[in-house]
Amino acid sequence: MVGLIIRRFLQLLLLLFGISFLVFMSMHLAPGDPATIIGGPNATASDLEAIRENLGLNRPVVVQYFDYLAGVLQGDFGYSYQTNQAVTEAIITRFPATIKLATASMIVAIIIGIVAGMISARKQNSWIDVTSTTFALAGVSIPNFWLGAMLILIFSVNLQILPVGGLNSPFYTVEGMKELILPAITLGTASAALIARMTRSSMLEVIRSDYIRTARAKGVRKHSLIWIHALKNAMIPVITVIGINFGGLLGGTIITEQVFAINGVGRLMIDAIAARDFPIVQGTVLLVAGIFVVVNLVVDIIYALIDPRISY
Amino acid sequence: MSSVAGLKEKQEKSWKEHRLITIFRDLVKNKLAAIGIVIIASIFIAAVFAPWLSSYGPYEQDLSGTKLAAGADGHILGTDNYGRDMWSRLVHGARLSLVVGLSSVAIGLIGGIGLGLLAGYYRKLDGLIMRVVDLLFAFPGILLAMLIIAMLGTSLINVIIAISIWSIPGCARIVRGSVLSIKQQEYILAMKTLGASDRRILLKHILPNCTAPLIVFATMRMATAILSTSALSYLGLGAQPPTPEWGAMIAAGQDFMWEAPHMAIIPGLGIMLTVFAFNVVGDGLRDALDPNMDMNV
Repeated sequence: MVGLIIRRFLQLLLLLFGISFLVFMSMHLAPGDPATIIGGPNATASDLEAIRENLGLNRPVVVQYFDYLAGVLQGDFGYSYQTNQAVTEAIITRFPATIKLATASMIVAIIIGIVAGMISARKQNSWIDVTSTTFALAGVSIPNFWLGAMLILIFSVNLQILPVGGLNSPFYTVEGMKELILPAITLGTASAALIARMTRSSMLEVIRSDYIRTARAKGVRKHSLIWIHALKNAMIPVITVIGINFGGLLGGTIITEQVFAINGVGRLMIDAIAARDFPIVQGTVLLVAGIFVVVNLVVDIIYALIDPRISY
Repeated sequence: MSSVAGLKEKQEKSWKEHRLITIFRDLVKNKLAAIGIVIIASIFIAAVFAPWLSSYGPYEQDLSGTKLAAGADGHILGTDNYGRDMWSRLVHGARLSLVVGLSSVAIGLIGGIGLGLLAGYYRKLDGLIMRVVDLLFAFPGILLAMLIIAMLGTSLINVIIAISIWSIPGCARIVRGSVLSIKQQEYILAMKTLGASDRRILLKHILPNCTAPLIVFATMRMATAILSTSALSYLGLGAQPPTPEWGAMIAAGQDFMWEAPHMAIIPGLGIMLTVFAFNVVGDGLRDALDPNMDMNV
């Protein structure tokens, strides 16, 4: 177990190194000279030269990369080309909204997904099962930005019971909860659909296995049979799906933030891409990819803890 | 001798045809997949005949009849804020989505098949290629496409490039997996002993055995590609207004949700139907081709 964690941790470091290199290089190879973006249209040639000198842009790329990496390791992601604000600071102010959204959506997805999947499996081929599997299929096909727009149309424009957007109040207040409902459903639906499908098929498989039959023969009560004996084994593939899905969820946050005008990391990234503000793009992409690989590592470890048969 | 070879070829051909028919029969037995096929066929027809299916051009403005509701004034689906015909924009949007989807999946497949074959067949290349693939997998969801667009700039062509590159790692993993299992088989060893070149073995004997998972991958990937194109355009990173792209149309419609909700509703239904169709056909194909297929990518 310890060996597994150490090995995976070393792989993680290598991967993070690779990600940072790839992101840095792609921003560096992008057409367009950062100096002209910073200097603006009226900058003279000597101004541009001074900016390049100042930012160290005239040094070899590899030197610049390691310089950047050294900065990142100390929490310094550079400065925005547009506002000259520190990237770290920009991210820190935007991060809580993103985390709030992602966590709320994951909770929505896990609860709806597992409950729907379990009910489907218990009542296979009933109308509940058919409805829930159809919804699960539709759920992965709905573009989440459109779902968000439709929810706004129904609950904010027509019924006027929930706010149109923004995430301004703390989540533990009633206002904060209300603000979170639509974005969390928007972002969580696709994941809920995948989790429901996986839970259903995995549960169906487990229910038919020998050890469940033995347990039933021994007289284990139906309730504990399903929710304790079967669920634990059925959850193994579900946890993988949840883990893989977390990535989609992080990617989806970027889009959902745009729909509900939430000032999170995603919006910061989109605005920066449009404005070609490379330090911000670099910082936000690194952050999201970094979180993703760390979460994957955690999922792998949980996986090994739940199922001792797995060894890497 | 030649007639024997000819007969053999004929037999092989009829066997192949027979196999295709069986697969198709299994596919349409699945009700959802059959619905999906009908939807895809209709969308293809709408896309190909888009200019003939609508009496207005997708860019044709009529400022005297803006934000008309569906059915008004000869506009089946109404008009948008510039008085452009929504039906015309919808079918022209189908055209764009299919072109972007097909081309990005095709390019992604070529790249992925190439890398997957090399990685699976040559052990020396395997480590390097698969590390690169792992690296590309480290960018969750649409993020890799966004990074590429951040680098290249915002346009529909760059969306195609971005989605193509994003499709490569998944495809490479599937092909590599198949190659690894096939290359252990004795007939491959026999071919090698007989002196067949690596190229011949890879393209004529190994690649055809990867077809089944690749077809499923490509179908599912079409769904992802169409969904992502519209998402990127919605975010303003893909097709720019006034292009009749579904995602861009939803973004424009969101500003008029109070007066003309159909502007956002209609293109979304287009995306949903298309993506749903490709998803269910992909699912159906997986069951029809091989129920035990491993598609864990």
